[in-house]
Amino acid sequence: METILDHVIAKYNYWIYVVLMMIGFYAMIGKRNLVKKLLGMNIFQTAIILFFISSGAKKGGSIPILDKYAALQGQVDVNQVVNPLPHVLMLTAIVVGVSVTGVALAVMLRIYRKYGTLEEDEILHKIENE
Amino acid sequence: MKSNLHMYVMAAPLLTAFLVNIFGRNNRKVIAPLVLGALGLSSLLAITVLKRTLMLGDLSYTAGAWTPPWGIELLVDPLSALMLLLISAVSFIATFAALPCVKRDLKDRQHIFFTLYLILITGLMGLVLTADAFNLYVMLEITSITTYGLIAMGRGRASLSSFNYIIMGSVAASFYLLGVGYLYLLTGTLNMADIARYLPALQGSAALATALAFILIGLWIKMAFFPLHGWLPRAYTDAPDGAGVLIAPLMTKVTIYLMVRLMLTFQSPTFSLISMDVRTLVIWAAAIGIVCASSLALAQRNLKQMLTYIIIAEVGYMVGGAWLANEQGMTGTLLHIVNDALMTLCLFLAAIAIAYRTGSLHFDHLKGLYQRMPWTMASFTVGAFAMIGVPPTCGFYSKWYLLLGGIEAGQWEFVVALIFSSLVNAVLFFRIIELAYFGSLQDSEHHAHASVQQHEAPWWILSPLALTAVLLIVVGLSTGPLVNNVIRLMVPVGF
Amino acid sequence: MRISVQETRDRIPQRDIILESTVRLMVPFIQLYGLYVIVHGHYSPGGGFQGGVVLGASVILFALAFGLPASKHYLSEGGDILLANAGALIYTGIATLCALLGGMFLDYSALAKILPIDPISWRSHGIFLVEVGVGMGVMAIMVSIYWDMASAGRLDEGL
Repeated sequence: METILDHVIAKYNYWIYVVLMMIGFYAMIGKRNLVKKLLGMNIFQTAIILFFISSGAKKGGSIPILDKYAALQGQVDVNQVVNPLPHVLMLTAIVVGVSVTGVALAVMLRIYRKYGTLEEDEILHKIENE
Repeated sequence: MKSNLHMYVMAAPLLTAFLVNIFGRNNRKVIAPLVLGALGLSSLLAITVLKRTLMLGDLSYTAGAWTPPWGIELLVDPLSALMLLLISAVSFIATFAALPCVKRDLKDRQHIFFTLYLILITGLMGLVLTADAFNLYVMLEITSITTYGLIAMGRGRASLSSFNYIIMGSVAASFYLLGVGYLYLLTGTLNMADIARYLPALQGSAALATALAFILIGLWIKMAFFPLHGWLPRAYTDAPDGAGVLIAPLMTKVTIYLMVRLMLTFQSPTFSLISMDVRTLVIWAAAIGIVCASSLALAQRNLKQMLTYIIIAEVGYMVGGAWLANEQGMTGTLLHIVNDALMTLCLFLAAIAIAYRTGSLHFDHLKGLYQRMPWTMASFTVGAFAMIGVPPTCGFYSKWYLLLGGIEAGQWEFVVALIFSSLVNAVLFFRIIELAYFGSLQDSEHHAHASVQQHEAPWWILSPLALTAVLLIVVGLSTGPLVNNVIRLMVPVGF
Repeated sequence: MRISVQETRDRIPQRDIILESTVRLMVPFIQLYGLYVIVHGHYSPGGGFQGGVVLGASVILFALAFGLPASKHYLSEGGDILLANAGALIYTGIATLCALLGGMFLDYSALAKILPIDPISWRSHGIFLVEVGVGMGVMAIMVSIYWDMASAGRLDEGL
């Protein structure tokens, strides 16, 4: 029992991201309202972004903004500085997430205009009765 | 001085997309020359790239002149050059039919449609050129987002199908990103060749298996591999005609190419992506997928929907062939990527032509089409024979390689599924050919027996259709040089 | 309680003096901050996308306080689309320009042929140039998304 608790506490940040991911995934699949599905997708992508960023964190690491001349002379210890590469990659991933959200919202506007509702079962009902 | 030619192939559609958006807004007539000019230029340059790569060897290109693995690497080798040529040629041919369909269906949104269209083509080209795992994710999302927008422009329930596709596609891309994240944690680098160097040391670790599983499942959702195919039939059927003719031949094939590229890059004498137990599972899934998709295609009453289920079955061929883990299977898969793109293009162009003249693709409306649209149905017949696998069309040769690979690997379920699918395809297409040839005309009371009106499809749909039908036969006859000079170079020795 | 879209449209928007004065004070500073973030992108944390979002947020704040037609008075629809396309064209245009001048795509040191500065520092300035393009594009797109969503596609009256 102690070992499981030790595992959870030692890697608590990964457990939080997994819980977030599962919440987002459940919302995408289990909810019937289209807006809730979209928000579930957003939560899922955010959890993955957090996971990536936490992979670059270091214990006691300082922020990766360096003095230009100190860096050019090689006086910077890489072990003391948080890895900035995941941050930059996740900027791109955030942009992608925003774009997909924008497109999904525009598509939902069209669905609402055509069917008058954003509940998936009502929409399918209307399509079958067309 | 490195050659920039392949980048020009990519840059031409990208720049033209924004020019179309600015100038096409006020002046509609400028859209067609811009789009066709850009895609024509890309196709010509792609031919040059292929010739140069076959002569001079692989080109490793890093944007911004940084050295890999710090820079983003693009790799031009025979396979990517072939795929680049395939994408530019197919999109060029498809645009001829797409332009008038869009003018008819989306009168005042043409410039928006073609902006998304050109960015989609750029994304596809970027996908085949990249050799960096994260850049692959970005290009994959560029392709997917433009596809979501294009499909949502259709009529009827297109918005709901597009939303369904958005949810499933985002899940797929997020899984891929998660897998790349695991790989980055394990190896510290994002360059595919660099990752391949670290993989043998990590063999057997659970984290690596999870990473590869996430990446593969993400790609499988994107390529509509059974049982993850739920989004494809409705999304491709409800898409507007001009979009469907571009998306259907290319998107799934490029994703299959990505999976093959990952398999080939991570392959080394000590590590293989294909371990024995997973292999059997995947080939069984492929075989069941082929059988189920073909059976579902039998149940359809609408030509376009039937074609989408055939696409799912073809994806099953290619995934199964790649995972057979022998040279014949991989050759068959790579050849089938090229052939299936052309076959799907031909059949979708025929479907557009029929829909343009008869207004509906339901089977009841296909009666007596041979007399009314002879050239269209002739090209449709060539495409149908290619799907069934009749020599000398190209479909026969790739199926032959896949069958040989399946027999050699001892995977009899795959062989049986292939033969079953060919028979079902024969039934499907001969049913349509019989309806179109022998079915009575709809308004036969008004016509005398002899004077049957020829109401052929307009030339701007007919000429790309006829060209594609001819290409099917030409590519089939030149399978020998294609396989020996291009494809065999890519399959590693001792695979 | 369900409110129909028609009811929200029939509501006459009331002008609020506190909101208007505050926003009128804040928007220039937000835009200045956005420009600061863009300009510092190649040298320290910041960059095109981040600065573009801040600039877009300033226009959205203005639209929320003063009404959507007022924000369209200051940034017209056509101008918005032109900004977006110009931003993307700046990025791809500079990339192609580097290639046409003899280097590789996005190899900014090739731009030393146009302006004779040290090629190494051109690589830094080149990043700045494309960040400007990206910032313009992102601002225009953020504003366009807000306009479409807030007016349900009609772009006449916002939230």
